[in-house]
Amino acid sequence: MPDAGAILQQNAHVAGGGTTAGTTRRRAPVTGEGPVARAVLIGVAIAFLSLFLLLPLVVVFVEALRAGVGAYVAALTEPDAVAAIQLTLMVAAIAVPLNLVFGVAAAWAVAKFEFPGKSFLVSLIDLPFSVSPVVAGLVYVLLFGAQGLFGGWLRDHGVEIIFAVPGIVLATVFVTFPFIARELIPLMEEQGTGDEEVAMTLGASGLQTFWRVTLPNIRFALLYGVLLCNARAMGEFGAVAVVSGKIRGYTTTMPLHVEILYNEYNSVAAFAVASVLALLALVTLVAKVFLESRYGDEIAARSH
Amino acid sequence: MTHRPGRRIFRRAALAAAAILSTIGMSQAQTVLLNVSYDPTRELYRDINKAFNDKLVADRKKPIAVRNSHGGSGAQARAVIDGLDADVVTLALSADIDAIAQRSQRIPANWQSRLPNKSTPFSSTIVFLVRAGNPKAIRDWDDLARPGVQVVTPNPKTSGGARWNYLAAWGFGLKKFGGDEAKVREFVGAIYKNAPTLDTGARGSTVSFAQRGVGDVLIAWENEAYLADLEFGKGKFDIVTPSISIRAETPVSIVDANVDRKGTRELAEAYLRFLWSDQAQAIAARHYYRPARPEAAAKGDLARFATLELLSIDDDFGGWAKAQATHFGDKAIFDQIYSPSR
Repeated sequence: MPDAGAILQQNAHVAGGGTTAGTTRRRAPVTGEGPVARAVLIGVAIAFLSLFLLLPLVVVFVEALRAGVGAYVAALTEPDAVAAIQLTLMVAAIAVPLNLVFGVAAAWAVAKFEFPGKSFLVSLIDLPFSVSPVVAGLVYVLLFGAQGLFGGWLRDHGVEIIFAVPGIVLATVFVTFPFIARELIPLMEEQGTGDEEVAMTLGASGLQTFWRVTLPNIRFALLYGVLLCNARAMGEFGAVAVVSGKIRGYTTTMPLHVEILYNEYNSVAAFAVASVLALLALVTLVAKVFLESRYGDEIAARSH
Repeated sequence: MTHRPGRRIFRRAALAAAAILSTIGMSQAQTVLLNVSYDPTRELYRDINKAFNDKLVADRKKPIAVRNSHGGSGAQARAVIDGLDADVVTLALSADIDAIAQRSQRIPANWQSRLPNKSTPFSSTIVFLVRAGNPKAIRDWDDLARPGVQVVTPNPKTSGGARWNYLAAWGFGLKKFGGDEAKVREFVGAIYKNAPTLDTGARGSTVSFAQRGVGDVLIAWENEAYLADLEFGKGKFDIVTPSISIRAETPVSIVDANVDRKGTRELAEAYLRFLWSDQAQAIAARHYYRPARPEAAAKGDLARFATLELLSIDDDFGGWAKAQATHFGDKAIFDQIYSPSR
């Protein structure tokens, strides 16, 4: 399982969607299931989760530590692994802020204004969810590759995009694009434009309205979107694999490095790096649960 | 009131990003060669790169950073065509370097005559890896066509090694059936009917067979078979050498347009010439590649290679251009005999 981290993160995402609906207010049994049916349902859910989530997670750490803590540390401090971790963090550090700006702008436009082509824009935002990551990567190769649309010009001017860090960032931005916008749109639509209108009436400028009214209203949903976006940005495999060129220690992100190590029969090192991804996923999960338990109401209005 | 901590966090993130960027920038001060290679050469080039740098230091030159990229040979050629900035390509077969020459014009068409031995510093051949004790009694290519034998081999469409596998089987068939092509087709078709899935690269197939326990026999590069044997512990597998196989020539070339743009031609050429040096030839033999200059290799390493009849791509198949079109082109023989849905 080369990209166990990515799987975990995605599953965490799905599981999160389920818990919010069940927590807080609606505790009383409104449905009529008897205790047996409930026990069976809960049992099935727990068995399923253990088998598909908990067990793989345990296996990652068991494999990683199989040769002892020394080998584990050595695998993580090896230069190529350090480079992969750095690259992954850097790509996330660029992609997440970019999508933060895009996501807020897109959600704001969609939720607060009426304009022709709005539904088209919404579908466009969802596009990365429905397009296979491999296709997303290939699209960038077709655009910026040496044989691609802009490839010749870029090459003449010494700009490297594909098979270099910018290509990886582009691919990551593409696949993580919907996470923040999708998180914000339903909430902002639900909140309507009333608060903003009041602020404007009281003489606030557009920017002031945004900083003092809109942003505080959406801050926790935004943070939540950032977490999901970040998790995917660090775990993305398919799109990045296409544009990376797999140059060791240079264009290999953590998920790619895991695969390379596994293919070199070095499963201890592969799972050591995978365990870092898994840890990052767990941190995301904990942060998510914390946000939900504290500010569940403010991020409750969500589409998925 | 909420935007202040937000800004501080953003500023910190920007600082961290800048710090990481600058460390990457620093590592680029050293001259860098990018060697784009095929799947099973990872261990080999790790040693060769080190030896090359040792030699540079011994010659009182500045050591360089050799970066490596590995993948299926066909996929790697595609990446170079699409702009992967390789200084040198060391691929599994000349057809893949020809493809780069034709489609991107970054390598001149006569590349193969620029270095000795048709630009092939070391070659390999195709052998079988079977489970310990050889429970299915696999001795030669005909055993792979037997019903009930599960064969693991990568996809010839994407893997260079797989194309050698296929041609070796074809060559055996030609000898066995005295050149009757209809029978050879049926024979090779029967082998691929025994292959339930085809991985995209040689390493993927090895992992399927050795790590995941799929299949009875892996058709593999000789060096890959020995490596798997070493990695997974002696005694888990047996290596079976067929009566006939093919000399799998794995050539090398600089990518002219790239080295000229980057100003690395001199180094790239020195790197490739180094592959024929005594040191590199000995390293190749140690990694189970058959060296072009066996006299440079250790006797013990050479003794491990079985002697067998080796077909040649040029003499027996009319060169890669012809073999590629006849067997692996769209709707060519391989497409006709292999249908995964069957």
